[in-house]
Amino acid sequence: MTSVPIGAAPAIGDAHDPHATSTGLDNKKIAIWAFIGSECMLFASLISTYLIYKGRSKVGPFPHEVWTDPMTGQHMKAILNIPVTSASTFVLLMSSLAMVLALAAVQHKNVPKRTTSERILGSSQLWLLMTAALGMTFLGFQAYEFTSFVHEGLSIRTNLFGSSFFTLTGFHGAHVTAGVIWLLTLFAIDRKRGLGPRDEVNVDIAALYWHFVDVVWIAIFTLVYLIQ
Amino acid sequence: MATIAANPSHAHEHDEAHPSGIWSWLTTVDHKRIGTLYMFTALTFFMIGGLEAELIRMQLQGPNGKLVSAETYNQLFTMHGTTMIFLAIMPLSAAFFNFLIPLQIGARDVAFPRLNAFSYWVFLLGGIFINISWLFHAAPDGGWFGYAPLTTRAYSPGMNIDFWLLGLQILGVSSLAAGFNFITTIINMRAPGMNLMRMPIFTWSAFVTQFLIVLSFPVITIALVFLMFDRFFGTNFYTISAGADPLLWQHLFWIFGHPEVYILILPAFGLVSEVVPTFSKKPLFGYPVMVFSLILIAFLGFGVWAHHMFAVGMGPVADTVFGVTTMLIAIPTGVKIFNWLATMHGGSIRFTTAMLFAIGLLAFFTIGGLSGVMHASPPADLQQTDTYFIVAHFHYVMFGGSMMGLFAGVYYYFPKITGRLLNETLGKTHFWVTAVGMNLTFFPMHLSGLLGMPRRIYRYDAGQGWEGFNFASSIGAYILGAGMLVFAYNVIRSRRSGAIAGNDPWGGPTLEWMIPSPPPEYNFARVPTVTSRYPLWDLKQPQLTSDVPHTHQGDRAVKVDVTGKDAGTPHVPMAAQSHRPAESAPHIETETYSARRLGIALPDPTIKPLITAIGLTIMLSGLLFMHHAQTMDIAGRAAEAKTSMTMFWVFVLGGAALMVGMLYNWLLTPLESHHPHATEL
Repeated sequence: MTSVPIGAAPAIGDAHDPHATSTGLDNKKIAIWAFIGSECMLFASLISTYLIYKGRSKVGPFPHEVWTDPMTGQHMKAILNIPVTSASTFVLLMSSLAMVLALAAVQHKNVPKRTTSERILGSSQLWLLMTAALGMTFLGFQAYEFTSFVHEGLSIRTNLFGSSFFTLTGFHGAHVTAGVIWLLTLFAIDRKRGLGPRDEVNVDIAALYWHFVDVVWIAIFTLVYLIQ
Repeated sequence: MATIAANPSHAHEHDEAHPSGIWSWLTTVDHKRIGTLYMFTALTFFMIGGLEAELIRMQLQGPNGKLVSAETYNQLFTMHGTTMIFLAIMPLSAAFFNFLIPLQIGARDVAFPRLNAFSYWVFLLGGIFINISWLFHAAPDGGWFGYAPLTTRAYSPGMNIDFWLLGLQILGVSSLAAGFNFITTIINMRAPGMNLMRMPIFTWSAFVTQFLIVLSFPVITIALVFLMFDRFFGTNFYTISAGADPLLWQHLFWIFGHPEVYILILPAFGLVSEVVPTFSKKPLFGYPVMVFSLILIAFLGFGVWAHHMFAVGMGPVADTVFGVTTMLIAIPTGVKIFNWLATMHGGSIRFTTAMLFAIGLLAFFTIGGLSGVMHASPPADLQQTDTYFIVAHFHYVMFGGSMMGLFAGVYYYFPKITGRLLNETLGKTHFWVTAVGMNLTFFPMHLSGLLGMPRRIYRYDAGQGWEGFNFASSIGAYILGAGMLVFAYNVIRSRRSGAIAGNDPWGGPTLEWMIPSPPPEYNFARVPTVTSRYPLWDLKQPQLTSDVPHTHQGDRAVKVDVTGKDAGTPHVPMAAQSHRPAESAPHIETETYSARRLGIALPDPTIKPLITAIGLTIMLSGLLFMHHAQTMDIAGRAAEAKTSMTMFWVFVLGGAALMVGMLYNWLLTPLESHHPHATEL
């Protein structure tokens, strides 16, 4: 039997030191991937339900089909506005680009910047704010879409399409909102004390989350809007 | 054998900075204390759920029982199922996850200690939230599965289902947060040298279980969100007249519900896989196969959900597919049973209470497993579905499996958790009374079920051939209850005056037995470098591990010949590791020091997780007022409706503000006050 004497030993094998972890990755990085895996199942449930209920609504409005209002006998157009949503999709995709630049700017904070373009590309505050602003623009599009749908007679109570559409896109919108708050928090910290390479992981997990939310939107845009 | 008791003279070494008493429990972020909280909370809920079961059995003891009304009976069986699954077995498993994972992998704590505390408080508040419904005479009454459309507002207008669905949402947050935490902990915080195939098998089962949790809970979350929206906001997800699919809930629920079954059983399998080798004095037979069978069970567990739905008429193709996948699961499960038997074969078995419960799992779970294979066949299932045969089946796997395994774990690890052994005489009494009680309760249900007795009926007429079986079940339930009283008495008595355990009362093989009982707050004064699957046996009883793979240098596996000259040498290459000062050879620690003296940074205690959890609970409970407002509105009592609506906004916004504000405060406070690596976000 071995008994190793212990005394005033230094902090050893400290788990909070990212270099001491089993994988060499920060704990937060592993956790965000586990979280994203879990979120995949969340959105898979929402999207599946939308697809299962597609075409089962008994009354209009419908996403892609022309329908007749039973009250007025009027012919109504399909409700999804694909050109507008394409624009908002483009905005959200551009926000991912801005997010990539924000992360790169934080990572290379200590690299000297000589030219104006290097200074612009290296400004983490600019790109964090840009990402958040593009996210808010997307949310603005969504708010416009939701209100116009309600004006055209589609609420969350109207039919199965309304229930599943608003719940699915609403959940995505809530995720974008959470992401915007997260980004604005990072922006505030950046303004207060400056984010540097040591904060890389904190920006990195926000970026992973943001890209994930974007990828989910691509799935939603394809399955809900583009496929008839 | 190390028999040095936890020395009380070291108690004064506690850092003055650490608060004591009830406040220290409210603010603790220590995984061991959180595990202890989980354990005692879960056992309390287990007793409540057991009381509900006793009332059910009293009602059904004879024909035309008059003890409770139909409404109360519905509430009793719903709350019995919900309590046992979400408030007893899952958190009891979580108690072991919390307590054991960091100890088994050689870590100082879990990856996110404050998130861990948050998980516990959310669980506690969620459990209290669901049970508060009793005070309003509105306990959930839609079954633990809560089938919609039955649970929609049209068919269940009361607050009962609101309590149930909001409570489950709260509990889901707890399980998910814990899942992310443990996955990260196990992937990232293993001691040097502990590669995945050297992890203790309980940690493996916990690891697999966490994946089941994080992948299945989002599905029930969405199913519950749909139900919540239907009930509160008038959506149509489960409204058949609007074209909704009556099977949507069933599919979503069972995509969660079947993995949930494995969430309940795999931790018990893990505990038994720890207990059987120790008390057989043999390494676990076929460790890699045990690991792969865990993974295979979990993987297949996502592809069998519709076997709960054979009776709804999905058609021959779906029935066949789900029947076959269900039968396939019997293979990895059978592998585990045979591996435990092979572990015992030829071993020198000690029949301690823990071992008895482990053997109990092998015997009784197998009975439940066999009846499970019976109704994996759709034609057989059509005869058995919704009868007491199913009740018999899942009680054999839940009680005969999960609870037996968890009791084995309680007897095995109680000394590690409290520093004192549970009384073995009382323990063996507990086991035998429980074994007799559970078989007498649940075996006759096979027969009453095959004779056609349906589930969920609150009384039955005489003369259908069920009286004898029901009477036997009820007598068995009382015996089972008596067994639980023995257990409760044993826990209370041994907590105070049980025999002092020492580091390693059972001769265990893994890291948790190398440190004092109860472990000091920092767990390991020196984090050991792991060179094999059974580091403590390498030190104490190397002849036991001679055919287990070891490494002498780095991670290069060295296959040791059982009969060769290498057999029996302690595989502790001290010199080989001198170049890595952060590592330390496997060693036994008997003394307890204060963390400060050892220079180990520990996370600061904090009340923030508790307050965040309170905020979350307040926010969700606000919806109850919304329902009240809607009821008052329909009744034409506008003033009361308005008050309730105000309360709704106060609760929802107040709870949200409390939660978000506290969460920000928490995230912007470093984990440790004086630590060079503490980050500020």
